[in-house]
Amino acid sequence: MPLAPTPTTETQASELRSGAAPSRPAWRLRLHGYGPLLGLVLVSLGGMLLNPDFGTWDNWANVLSRTSFIGIIAVGMSFVIICGGIDLSVGSMAALIAGGQILLMNSLVGHAASFLVVAAGMAFCVVMGGLFGLAHGLLITKGRIEPFIVTLGTLGIFRACLTWLANGGTITLDNGLADAYGPIYYGSLLGLQIPVWIFAATALVGALLLNRTVFGRHVQAIGSNDQVARYAAVDVDLVKILTYVLLGMCVGVATLLYVPRLGSASPTTGLLWELEAIAAVIVGGTSFRGGEGSIAGTVVGAILLSVIANILNLTSIISIYLNAAVQGCVIIAVAFLQRHRR
Amino acid sequence: MSLSVSFENITKEFDAVRVLNGVSFDLVPGRVHGLLGENGAGKSTLMKILAGYQDATSGVIRIDGAVRHFGNSREAERAGVVLIHQELNLAEDLTVAQNMFLGHELRRGWLLDERTMRAQARGALDQLGLTIDPDTKLRELIVAEKQLVEIAKAQLRQARLLIMDEPTASLTPAECERLFALVERLRAAGVTIVYISHKLDEVERITEEVIVMRDGRFIARAPTSDTPRQRMADLMVGRTLTDMFPPKRQIEASGAPLLKVAGLTVPGWVDNASFELRPGEILGFAGLVGAGRTELFEGLIGLRPRSAGRIEIGGRQVRLRSPRQAARRGLTYLSEDRKGRGLHVRLRLSYNLTLMDLARHAHPLLSTASEERALSTAIAEFGIRTGDRDAPAASLSGGNQQKLAIAKFLQPEPRIFVLDEPTRGVDVGAKRDIYFLIDRLAAQGRGLIVISSELVELIGLCHRVIVMRGGSVVATVAAENLNEEALIAHAIGTYTHH
Repeated sequence: MPLAPTPTTETQASELRSGAAPSRPAWRLRLHGYGPLLGLVLVSLGGMLLNPDFGTWDNWANVLSRTSFIGIIAVGMSFVIICGGIDLSVGSMAALIAGGQILLMNSLVGHAASFLVVAAGMAFCVVMGGLFGLAHGLLITKGRIEPFIVTLGTLGIFRACLTWLANGGTITLDNGLADAYGPIYYGSLLGLQIPVWIFAATALVGALLLNRTVFGRHVQAIGSNDQVARYAAVDVDLVKILTYVLLGMCVGVATLLYVPRLGSASPTTGLLWELEAIAAVIVGGTSFRGGEGSIAGTVVGAILLSVIANILNLTSIISIYLNAAVQGCVIIAVAFLQRHRR
Repeated sequence: MSLSVSFENITKEFDAVRVLNGVSFDLVPGRVHGLLGENGAGKSTLMKILAGYQDATSGVIRIDGAVRHFGNSREAERAGVVLIHQELNLAEDLTVAQNMFLGHELRRGWLLDERTMRAQARGALDQLGLTIDPDTKLRELIVAEKQLVEIAKAQLRQARLLIMDEPTASLTPAECERLFALVERLRAAGVTIVYISHKLDEVERITEEVIVMRDGRFIARAPTSDTPRQRMADLMVGRTLTDMFPPKRQIEASGAPLLKVAGLTVPGWVDNASFELRPGEILGFAGLVGAGRTELFEGLIGLRPRSAGRIEIGGRQVRLRSPRQAARRGLTYLSEDRKGRGLHVRLRLSYNLTLMDLARHAHPLLSTASEERALSTAIAEFGIRTGDRDAPAASLSGGNQQKLAIAKFLQPEPRIFVLDEPTRGVDVGAKRDIYFLIDRLAAQGRGLIVISSELVELIGLCHRVIVMRGGSVVATVAAENLNEEALIAHAIGTYTHH
């Protein structure tokens, strides 16, 4: 039996009206979603006008591979921020995972085939990332500590542990492993380096996870209002923990791609990555208060920030030393454009 | 002392949508005006313009004959125009006294005069019979107490024109009585009052004249004594309303209980509560604010810790530790706090609707088409009026938000559905829709529990009403014995057998 209540025509008229009140012109909404992409296109056009080298395939391939580390982390960070959290520790976490991985691999050299050692090292990165994320998640949900505080704490802990392990210096990968591990970073497929493909795959999986799974929907619901989610039978703690685990694993993946590039870990490894990853997410249009955001936006945000640095490198209008200042202006400008969004 | 107001041709547009359409009328000095209209009629918007919270698109307001325009609420308050908001506007982390003096702090030299502020706050609270300590943090109060703090705060502003927007929405009858006494005192002192309420019995009782608005227009004004409630309702909706409540169905007395709760204790709130719910039954819960009704059900579904209690659903004992487990066992609870606990107002309609039963739309990836179909079904079944399906839930009127919330909590197909204050802040037409909806749900064999502070609603709708007082179940009143006097007497503890 349909549950339609007796229609009340007058009520309909008045409620329709009030229902339409806060709507905005449709074109503004549509444009809104593409804002970061529009920004990227405009900046790129500007880059091409200033220096013809900017538009070359080689340059783009280079920009993309430099973006991949931050980009992969930013995909994980999107989940945490959309779920209403934050993780300040990712740069330190990457450094500690890198150091641990190198020490592990060095100790295994000679005991097993090189490719097995490399595989073990890569698995170590992902597992450690996941465990660190789990620790964050548990402290935040079960320990009821603000995510900012927890990860501010681990930011210091992770980097200090790495510095201690490295004795203040550098942990270097055994030379014998360079051949087996090198291709993970330097290898390329269809003209793009492996990390770019991994970045693309992470982003695709991330987008699918956020938009098309129950987990992703719960992430958005919790970020929008965790009380409402709790009352609606969502397992709020579990979902929050999973976002941190996911981010930790993304950090692990970024680290395993990054290590073969330099073959070492030092106290400056991954320095300020947390800020770059958070900036990519925010520039990509994700609300810092949680609830809404997109992986596509984050990808565009990460690329946009790299492109700006690249253009400053290729041209001489603004000094490359001012890179962070220009990026800062972009972040503030994006926040300014979004200030009316509730 | 008294203050007169003339609205002259006030219009207000939000993004080209007209919510006020040339409204003109006067407020008479020293009179208590009831301002009536359905949600979306423009009452609150007009009052916000008067009190300086919003600007009119065109038109002027005259106060004591002179054209006045308040740029903000401070200017309005300085002129003696004070608005008590429907949505509570209080800082959760400040104390009651700090909130009451926020922006109007008393000073002694460079320092705050805490003692005087506390004393004055105390005095204003006393007048409303609220016995909380002025040093209590606001977040520790329940909704009704916050509402009373808002009212006490307005009193401190020495209003010459006081606008009350749904002041009794979350108050119990006893608290309402004290509020009405305050209105009477203020009127005697010459304060002009505008009283906005959906509760027509209150309007009938305390106002001298009713002014009706509909669709952003002034419709009619008449002395309250010449306007029966039915006439008020008809003027608001613009047609004649038939019966508010569905006829009560018989339920099978022999049916085994669907839900059986025995000795449930929520430390600090509920002590040893027991009750049963049968299939097809609509069971009411009455009681004063703080009697533990909401806390009983929050404890039941695992949102609050329980120290004792046995719960049986369909004859089998169950352990409910979270709303998730409760939903799986066929029990859902829709909170009284629609915007804070019921709906994600910033998220789109379909996301809200399907949240509790997402697995149904995931195979394993979520299907937008499937969710949209569910939304279409719900819009048709529950009579949700929506302009834009892609808009956030906040864009719906109060009544339609509530219908969406009800639809949402029915998605997991619960056998037992608990509705906490289901018609709070909902206009007359939507209220009636919700009553009929509750009746149809019960007719399908579900067990319905309605917690309400509106006695008329409990009496009109329920098969039995359980009364709670001070955390305990004190009475169960059968349909044939239901009347306001008995329920109030049980709730405040003055009931005597005749």
